[in-house]
Amino acid sequence: MRLFIKNATIVNSDGTKKANILIEDDKIAKITDENLDADKVIDATGKLVMPGLIDMHVHFRDPGYEYKDDINSGSEAAVAGGVTTVLPMANTNPVNDNAVITRDMIAKAKARGLVDLLPIGAISKQLKGEGITEMGDMLNAGAVAFSDDGLPVSSSDVMRAALEYTKHFGSYVISHCEDCSMCRSGVMHEGKVSAILGLKGMPREKEEIMVSRDMLLAKLTGGHIHIAHVSSQWSLKMIEMAKKEGINVTCEATPHHFTFTDENLMNYDTNFKMSPPLREITDKEAVREGLKSGLIDVIATDHAPHNVDDKFTEFDHAAFGILGLQTLVPLTLKLVEDGVITLEDMVRLTSKRPAEILNLKNKGAIEEGYLADITIIDPDIEYVYDENLNKSKSTNSPLFGKMLKGAAVVTIKNGKIVWDFPNLMA
Amino acid sequence: MSYKRKDLLGTRDLSSDELMFFLDYAKEFKNLNNQSIKKADNLRGKTVINVFYENSTRTRTSFETAAKRLGADAINFTASQSSTKKGETLIDTIHNMEAMKTDIFVVRHNCSGSVRFIAQNSNACVVNAGDGLNEHPTQALLDLFTIREHKGSFKGLNVSIIGDIEHSRVARSDIWAMKTLGINVTLFGPPMMMPNRVDAFGCRVAKNMEEAVEGADVIIMLRVQLERQGSSTPFPSTREYSKFFGLTKERVKLANKNPLVFHPGPINRGVELNSDVADSECSMVLNQVENGVAVRMAVLSTLIKNRG
Ligand SMILES: [Zn+2]
Repeated sequence: MRLFIKNATIVNSDGTKKANILIEDDKIAKITDENLDADKVIDATGKLVMPGLIDMHVHFRDPGYEYKDDINSGSEAAVAGGVTTVLPMANTNPVNDNAVITRDMIAKAKARGLVDLLPIGAISKQLKGEGITEMGDMLNAGAVAFSDDGLPVSSSDVMRAALEYTKHFGSYVISHCEDCSMCRSGVMHEGKVSAILGLKGMPREKEEIMVSRDMLLAKLTGGHIHIAHVSSQWSLKMIEMAKKEGINVTCEATPHHFTFTDENLMNYDTNFKMSPPLREITDKEAVREGLKSGLIDVIATDHAPHNVDDKFTEFDHAAFGILGLQTLVPLTLKLVEDGVITLEDMVRLTSKRPAEILNLKNKGAIEEGYLADITIIDPDIEYVYDENLNKSKSTNSPLFGKMLKGAAVVTIKNGKIVWDFPNLMA
Repeated sequence: MSYKRKDLLGTRDLSSDELMFFLDYAKEFKNLNNQSIKKADNLRGKTVINVFYENSTRTRTSFETAAKRLGADAINFTASQSSTKKGETLIDTIHNMEAMKTDIFVVRHNCSGSVRFIAQNSNACVVNAGDGLNEHPTQALLDLFTIREHKGSFKGLNVSIIGDIEHSRVARSDIWAMKTLGINVTLFGPPMMMPNRVDAFGCRVAKNMEEAVEGADVIIMLRVQLERQGSSTPFPSTREYSKFFGLTKERVKLANKNPLVFHPGPINRGVELNSDVADSECSMVLNQVENGVAVRMAVLSTLIKNRG
């Protein structure tokens, strides 16, 4: 099978060029100026051709909460968002804290065949924070990293053990940073808006205290800590300092944290309820600055589907989380349009750096010999993000039903077209 | 000018005309309530359900009295021991009661924003009788009514609100309404009971009790929710509270001439309010209760008119 993409604007993290791409089977065979014969030809005039996006933080709710999403619907949402590799978190039911679950998840994703699913195993058994899991066994089964995401690891000693043990295997730990002794049932960022609304707040410091602890534990152990969904200015300051000191730390930011602020909560819209919460403009600006400077390594969506009943309720009782996969491209392109990052930065943040962190040698660039995981993006297409497009089983996004600009119009995985933007005009 | 909305959810987005409309209208009902036959028929044949997800005998009784004096069928629904325990969602509960042809829901709920959520999903009129830490608009209206009764007007008045500001929906509703009406509001309370970003309210913040009381025309003492002082935001002791944050007769002397002392009740005597103040002539506690009924009658009959 030969697939030929002509008139492509190929965007890699280190530069952009116009060329044609020949794909043979699952590999990028040739990048060329010539016109070659193929079984199928895609004319990419006016489109951006990027390496398949790698989302290092998703929740597919499978096993256990398949009514929110499952590995099939999650895979479909991923490719519809231009994402070809996903790392689903372990807070499933049962928890992905053993090799049996890990293998099951991978097998299910393989059967659907749309994305590479690289599971994140739990740090602690049943996410209880008490003792670490059989990480070696899970890595053998295909897990790539470890996190109790959704819950912080409160015990410094457990976190230390996790960092030491993953270091031994060449893996890493992802930290959901929260000091739960200050939780006080907070439901949004603690600030002016929470004071006005009378909603209980979560101060930035609740996150920052844990970030600083984890920097110190990474210093102690030499292990690799990856800070999930960083949301505050001071978290970034501490990560910056740690990086300068040579501590083995990476971090991610989500599209919602670089797009929205707590001001969006003024109407108690539960679709804006998330953890960590949307913070203030200064934090949003710090996140945007960190994306630009390279301090923040990757953009990850924290795709967190929730059933409509989980959100159609009192704000205090609503679930935390927002859909992310199908809004990743438009929200990141908005950063480009705003002049915060370049298209090359976009590739660095959504594909190149993730591939480096995951040590995936054949992903993260459009290069001869690399895996043919390719996302073709139309930066100008305008459309309503609605039930016609939505592939998730859930609709918990404040952008649902809204007009968006920019989308993955064709997604290629292992050399096969796995997503084609529907012609809504038809 | 009158009030045209379907619901009364808070004072934050009310104009001064809307606030004054309720105060003027409430006067009529206060007069009625002072006659021997306290009956009107503005709500005759209408159904008002008091939906209380949180106990409050005072507020509920006040609304119930108001509805009955207007001729409505007033029904009390105390949700804590019924449907929620069985897992029914808030909106399902509301839709069930709506199916009984309810005209007005008077709702108290422990979650901020929940009464607005109900209003958005119900065809009936909805009155916020206190939602979480957010608002308690009829309390603000009755406070304003009582202030105007004694002070004549609002502009330039100094009002101090003292106590647990962070957890007080009364404080929020008072602050929003008072600022709209040109009242100078001063806030004071123990630091762990003040929002971290108290500047959100745009009020002066006093450094101590003396400064808070000095020059005040009206002192609103908030209730210390002793029952809620479990593990979260504790203060050291009630003794210490009364010493640094309580209102005593001595401190009242620092206020302007003829100061009014308010308290939303029930009072913790000797904690936020000493008996020498609570029982003095400056205490407005019982006036507040009386005016509360009149204000709620004004609100209920306005919403019924709007419902048509
Ligand atoms: Zn997550």
